[in-house]
Amino acid sequence: MVTFTLNGQERTFDGDPDTPLLWVIRDFEKLTGTKYGCGVAQCGACTVHLDGMTRRSCITPISTVDGSEVITIEGIEGPEAKAVQAAWVAIDVPQCGYCQSGQIMSAVALLQVTPKPSDADIDGAMAGNLCRCATYHRIRQAIHNAADAMEG
Amino acid sequence: MKKFAIASGVAAIGVAASLLAATFSLAQDNPAEQSAPLKPAAEFQSITDAKQRSWALFEEAGKVIQHPRCVNCHPATERPLQTMAMHPHQPPVVRGEGGMGMPGMTCNTCHGAANVDVVGQAETLKSIPGNAAWHLAPIEMAWQGKTLGEICRQIKDPERNGGKTLAEITEHMAHDSLVGWGWQPGAGREPVPGSQAVFGELIAAWVESGAACQ
Repeated sequence: MVTFTLNGQERTFDGDPDTPLLWVIRDFEKLTGTKYGCGVAQCGACTVHLDGMTRRSCITPISTVDGSEVITIEGIEGPEAKAVQAAWVAIDVPQCGYCQSGQIMSAVALLQVTPKPSDADIDGAMAGNLCRCATYHRIRQAIHNAADAMEG
Repeated sequence: MKKFAIASGVAAIGVAASLLAATFSLAQDNPAEQSAPLKPAAEFQSITDAKQRSWALFEEAGKVIQHPRCVNCHPATERPLQTMAMHPHQPPVVRGEGGMGMPGMTCNTCHGAANVDVVGQAETLKSIPGNAAWHLAPIEMAWQGKTLGEICRQIKDPERNGGKTLAEITEHMAHDSLVGWGWQPGAGREPVPGSQAVFGELIAAWVESGAACQ
């Protein structure tokens, strides 16, 4: 039996301990904002926060999550999340949108550690989040805008 | 017409084979996942000249040190390497503070405390590597592109070995968990030669015989 918190609520899972966290989030918890992309940590679509850090849920066995705090796109909050959400809406960052929950989870994690990121900081944090619509320029701009907004 | 169809079919198979080859080159190592042999330190006792014996011991240990599995995380640039072909890491991560990657995408975004088998993937992509201490070696410990003699002198130099004594180097090589990952790199990856115990004994014997470099 694995016990963890998901978006602030205590949850348990007693299935196969090798089940990827992504399947638990989507199929058992029915939170489908986190997406399956590649299944091998190459695209970033499945990014969640695990104990406050980005984590690719598709390659995270649920057994390794015992006692941890998981935050998904549905549960992310705080000033960075609010600023990112507003910035994303303001310049219409998404195109098809499939990768965007992963993009946002990485962007928020970056801003939580680096409130005023440079282009190089953004490249470093976002390099593992692919976007087939190539919205990279808008993602970069929105992160800068979110940082500016938080600075007041 | 029939001849053309056959020719086209052969061409299509050729294209498919090329694509398959390209896929393999992007995937993990070749199916061979067995360790190459590593001679134990005792086999070098017959070399009477201490300096020659010492270097011979280090040369044997060099089969491990210069194996891509080790060098991939001792890169000469900011990018770690991957696979036996030692191509730049994908996704394009960089060293970052303490060799842990960049804020927002540190190594543990993908690399957990242990190797993880992946499911529903091609036969050529079997696992994501992991270790609790997963990180890059500092740039002063870069081995990529160096001769074994250069690496030997580097390992002995406290300014380029993390301030370690030779006794501490021996301990590190023989027992460090991340070094030990090289022998247990997860499904789909060729382990480094021999075992960590044999490797540790080679390093200990190299130190005892004067830690000669070439």
